Amino acid sequence: MKGHLLSAGDLSRDDAELILTTAEEMRSLADRPIKKLPALRGRTVVNLFFEDSTRTRMSFEAAAKRLSADVINFSAKGSSVSKGESLKDTAMTLEAMGADAVVVRHWASGAAYNLAHAGWSRSTVVNAGDGTHEHPTQALLDAFTMVRHLGPLDGRRVAIVGDVLHSRVARSNALLLQTLGAEVTLVAPPTLLPYGVETWGVETGYDIDAVLPKADVVMMLRVQRERMTDSYFPSTREYSRRYGLDARRMGALQDHTIVMHPGPMVRGMEITADVADSDRSVIVEQVTNGVAVRMAVLYLLLGGSEPALGGAENVQSGTDGTGTTTEETNA
Amino acid sequence: MPPTQESDVQPEGRTVLDARDIDRALTRISHEILERNKGSHDLVLLGIPSRGVHLAQRIAARIAEVEGTGIPVGALDITMYRDDLRLRPARTLSPTDIPAAGIDDKIVVLVDDVLYSGRTIRAALDAMNDIGRPQAVRLAVLVDRGHRDLPIRADFVGKNLPTSTSEKVAVRLSEYDGSDSVTIL
Repeated sequence: MKGHLLSAGDLSRDDAELILTTAEEMRSLADRPIKKLPALRGRTVVNLFFEDSTRTRMSFEAAAKRLSADVINFSAKGSSVSKGESLKDTAMTLEAMGADAVVVRHWASGAAYNLAHAGWSRSTVVNAGDGTHEHPTQALLDAFTMVRHLGPLDGRRVAIVGDVLHSRVARSNALLLQTLGAEVTLVAPPTLLPYGVETWGVETGYDIDAVLPKADVVMMLRVQRERMTDSYFPSTREYSRRYGLDARRMGALQDHTIVMHPGPMVRGMEITADVADSDRSVIVEQVTNGVAVRMAVLYLLLGGSEPALGGAENVQSGTDGTGTTTEETNA
Repeated sequence: MPPTQESDVQPEGRTVLDARDIDRALTRISHEILERNKGSHDLVLLGIPSRGVHLAQRIAARIAEVEGTGIPVGALDITMYRDDLRLRPARTLSPTDIPAAGIDDKIVVLVDDVLYSGRTIRAALDAMNDIGRPQAVRLAVLVDRGHRDLPIRADFVGKNLPTSTSEKVAVRLSEYDGSDSVTIL
């Protein structure tokens, strides 16, 4: 059974912390003259993108290439998918090409799960966003960024503000951040909170101003117009006045509080330009960290004979090739 | 490949080096490094995690005592360069910490606890290749137990320890294990 990364909820605390500490090592690679590691030499990673995405695809591509994997990019536009090929046939084609891992972005929630469990292929599947469901590597890079700024997340308060209904980032973050001990509050207009949110174990609220002074992290979400088939709020202007983060609201934050955004931003809608460009904003750093976190995920899933994530206990002891007995603790 | 070894709990078996022996060996290695290099100029010590890093730091401290000036010490993780990476579950990485001045045109002394098959050192040479181009690379080990699989030898050896492949050599360092000892199990 191959390991996959389909949902942030599948990660135990140990798994999540292993990814974050591994990502810390991967990040130091960015300071070296040769930004390349040999861990995935000879492995093939396919980026299978049925939905437009620039930063996630580039980030996965950079991550796989820095680990020396061969990368094949497949985007649905102009491909056989636009000629009517199904996900199943595409998956079987990739299998026949010998893909070791498939990084999949799909407009349908559950597509990654299907790809992993339908028996179409034996590849490791990494979910790079499925519909309005999950985007686990985004949650991991967000958590990584938070830890770098705030230290361990136990008891930290994270406010996630905006279009929670259509946001896979919000769901993945809610799951992962709770695993890591943080307290999550979702803030959105009633129309943009998903059905069943009360089962997520998070707090919810409609009033951003009540939440901001207590938050250690404020994560702003984009209003996903392209997924909206209905009108969820009266006007852009009213939305941005009630739920947008502007300089005045930023003034209510604690000194150490950081502002995050998964991108792409709509400046002037959920976040104003002066906030996005302020010292508190770690939005650009999130992109840098994304590569390191995705390298960690690919390495831990593909680097060894079997994945180091997901249930299988991590083998920490054993020969280190020098003939010493090792009693490694997790570095 | 060396036989699979399990981590044990307590040092049993035969103690071949105690704390004072390790101390003396490291002092001698420090002097040998300085003698060979005719001083501490251009020296960089890189320890191989985990215990090699502590040994490198101890050697650097002794060199600083003798020469009066500190020398750069770092850590070089070789996990991703191992030739058996694919044979086992993905391993946890250890920190790589290259001194700010880098390793280009320096005399790099790799430091490890036990030299056995030589595969760790081959991996370390590969790892270094991606970081810079040293003027020369030397190897210092606390214990050389023989049974090389590759044409690699140490320049500075704490103790040559004839062993059979069925034996295990356990190095304990106070920074990591609470006390200093080398035992054969």
